[in-house]
Amino acid sequence: MDNIVGQRSALTWAVNFAVIFMVVLWTVPTFGLLVSSFRDRDQITTSGWWKSLVSSEQNIIVRSQEPEKNVKDGDLYVLEGNIFDATSGEVRAFGVNSREPMAFLPGAVAEMAKGRTMTVAENGDYRITSVEEMTGTRGIRIFATSVTPPKFTLDNYERVLFSEGIWRSFINTFTVTIPATVIPILIAAFAAYALAWMEFPGRALLVAAIVGLLVVPLQMALIPLLRLHNSIGIGKEYLGIWLAHTGFGLPLAIYLLRNYIAGLPREIIESARVDGATDFEIFRRIILPLSFPALASFAIFQFLWVWNDLLVATVFLGNTEEQLVMTGRLRELLGSRGGDWEILAASAFVSIAVPLLVFFTMQRYLVRGLLAGSVKGG
Amino acid sequence: MANVTIDNVVKRYGSVQVMHGVNVDIEDGEFVVLVGPSGCGKSTLLRMLAGLEEISAGAISIGDRVVNDIPPKERDIAMVFQSYALYPHKTVADNIGFPLKMAKRPKAEIDEKVDKAAAVLDLTPYLARYPKELSGGQRQRVAMGRAIVRDPQVFLFDEPLSNLDAKLRVTMRVEIKELHQRLGTTIVYVTHDQIEAMTMADKIVVMRDGRVEQIGSPLDLYDNPNNVFVAGFIGSPSMNFVHGMVGMKDGQKRFVSDGGTVLPLPETDAQEGQQVIYGIRPEHITVGDGGVPMNVVVVEPTGSETQIFAKSSGDLIDALVKDRIFARPGSEIGFVIDPVNVHLFDRKTEERI
Repeated sequence: MDNIVGQRSALTWAVNFAVIFMVVLWTVPTFGLLVSSFRDRDQITTSGWWKSLVSSEQNIIVRSQEPEKNVKDGDLYVLEGNIFDATSGEVRAFGVNSREPMAFLPGAVAEMAKGRTMTVAENGDYRITSVEEMTGTRGIRIFATSVTPPKFTLDNYERVLFSEGIWRSFINTFTVTIPATVIPILIAAFAAYALAWMEFPGRALLVAAIVGLLVVPLQMALIPLLRLHNSIGIGKEYLGIWLAHTGFGLPLAIYLLRNYIAGLPREIIESARVDGATDFEIFRRIILPLSFPALASFAIFQFLWVWNDLLVATVFLGNTEEQLVMTGRLRELLGSRGGDWEILAASAFVSIAVPLLVFFTMQRYLVRGLLAGSVKGG
Repeated sequence: MANVTIDNVVKRYGSVQVMHGVNVDIEDGEFVVLVGPSGCGKSTLLRMLAGLEEISAGAISIGDRVVNDIPPKERDIAMVFQSYALYPHKTVADNIGFPLKMAKRPKAEIDEKVDKAAAVLDLTPYLARYPKELSGGQRQRVAMGRAIVRDPQVFLFDEPLSNLDAKLRVTMRVEIKELHQRLGTTIVYVTHDQIEAMTMADKIVVMRDGRVEQIGSPLDLYDNPNNVFVAGFIGSPSMNFVHGMVGMKDGQKRFVSDGGTVLPLPETDAQEGQQVIYGIRPEHITVGDGGVPMNVVVVEPTGSETQIFAKSSGDLIDALVKDRIFARPGSEIGFVIDPVNVHLFDRKTEERI
């Protein structure tokens, strides 16, 4: 007995560790993405998201004002300004050439060629003096090591949603996803009830055929289906993609729901029949409320699948502003803005926010025991 | 209320015949119990009455209407299931009112009838609860409430008490019988428990393997069982059966068992030498002088009565006596049998002689 207990606890630990491992594996990148999506573009390029709460030190090269804007101050010509412009920061060191960018401490006076001097204060104010009048429009380079405080911004989201067209794609994706989730559930629930509880010839064959359809890869049907859609005039329309997703989702939906509905206690259905309910009333008043866990789990499946789908959308929808879905838009962004992490992180987060929301609102229905109290032991 | 006629009903599943021409007449207002071991077809018969199973041949009439092809909802029956079959997502009130709602009755009428049914069954405080918040006995009462609220012609009960514990079962038994006396509606009740059958029924139908073995009042079945099966099924503890033949001793017919035990016989048509089964109920044996000498095997005192298992020449017979007997195993005891209480069955057909 000790042995068995020991093995079992070891197994429990293994399970716990595996679960924790997977949770961490999944959560950390998501969290990183979330943090990154709020960070400033410059900070993303210099430090990882895990350093987002500490100030980042970076070497910057800025150019002073145009030298011709110098003003005469006594004997000297002076050029003044701040290296941080609109932003704020703290200078740790500065230099006058690229060989020694950290040669001077803030406040020190650096000698430069042609009798010029430069001094940079901690707050970024610089002052360049020269005995001769300075000319030219190219600013003098200032090398500085600066510390910038953490900076979080909603700019990325604003930019992604309103200027990169993600918002429009977001709406387009909803336009595809909601009907493409609701329609198959409606059809499948009716079919599942009939296949589980109504007697008719050929029922078993029909169930077998549906199970068979589960293994048909949808890629096989794309071209014939598109040709059909084109020939009846719904080739590149929302109606077409709704029907396509419905068709591709139905076998799994019917299979899942039929198994669940067939497992409902026979007595409840017979009791309703004796109580005078018609098949439709049994379906609506007994089966549907009791099948909510199965409906919810299929809804989650179908919603996530349609939301993340790129292939079907590429085939059945056009590339126009009115029809481009999130996945398609992200693919385009990857091409045109592959280096702009802050844009990609924000768009990615916009695209996973909805599936997360759907999952967390629906999952509580999955764990609730809906049949409690109906039959003995239920 | 209505009478029910089951006329030569046959049920086949494919090529397997499970019901072999069953005939039962049920009078208006009668409490009829279908009883038998599991697999005897009693539940199937009830489900055919309800319309949940189709009939392969024969006819079932409720009132004077043949209902063979009429769906359950038009048969004007109400059924109480073994597992209660409550609707888990509806409150007690909605559960009870469901049949009326399906019949599209006005809301006020539904409320009134639900309140009335709840009052009858002491369910008024629980009307707003869900089935999962009720105890087993309360759930059973909700199921009954759902049946009585419709005021049907016939109530069908499918082993309604077998999920309850022993004590609650006795209480519910009394409640159901009381309910029947109050409503006076015809009830068909299925059980495998012969005590339930004996205590509740006006008429018992004993079934075995898809056939009716005997129909009669509880006492009729107890006193005059048609065959060995009914004799053994009805009565607790069950009847003693001893295999043997009719012999002669002192000019009188006597029963001689295969082992050689000699037991008294009543007036009978059985011929000398005929192979018979001898049946005597344990409670019809008394202990005293001049009885059949037996060797005590086990004594089981229960306080009010004592059950004695005793052996003679390999034949084991038990007796149930009111007296307190203190007999040691192995000691000799006399079993006095009144021939009036003896049942004789043919050994081959197992039918009553």
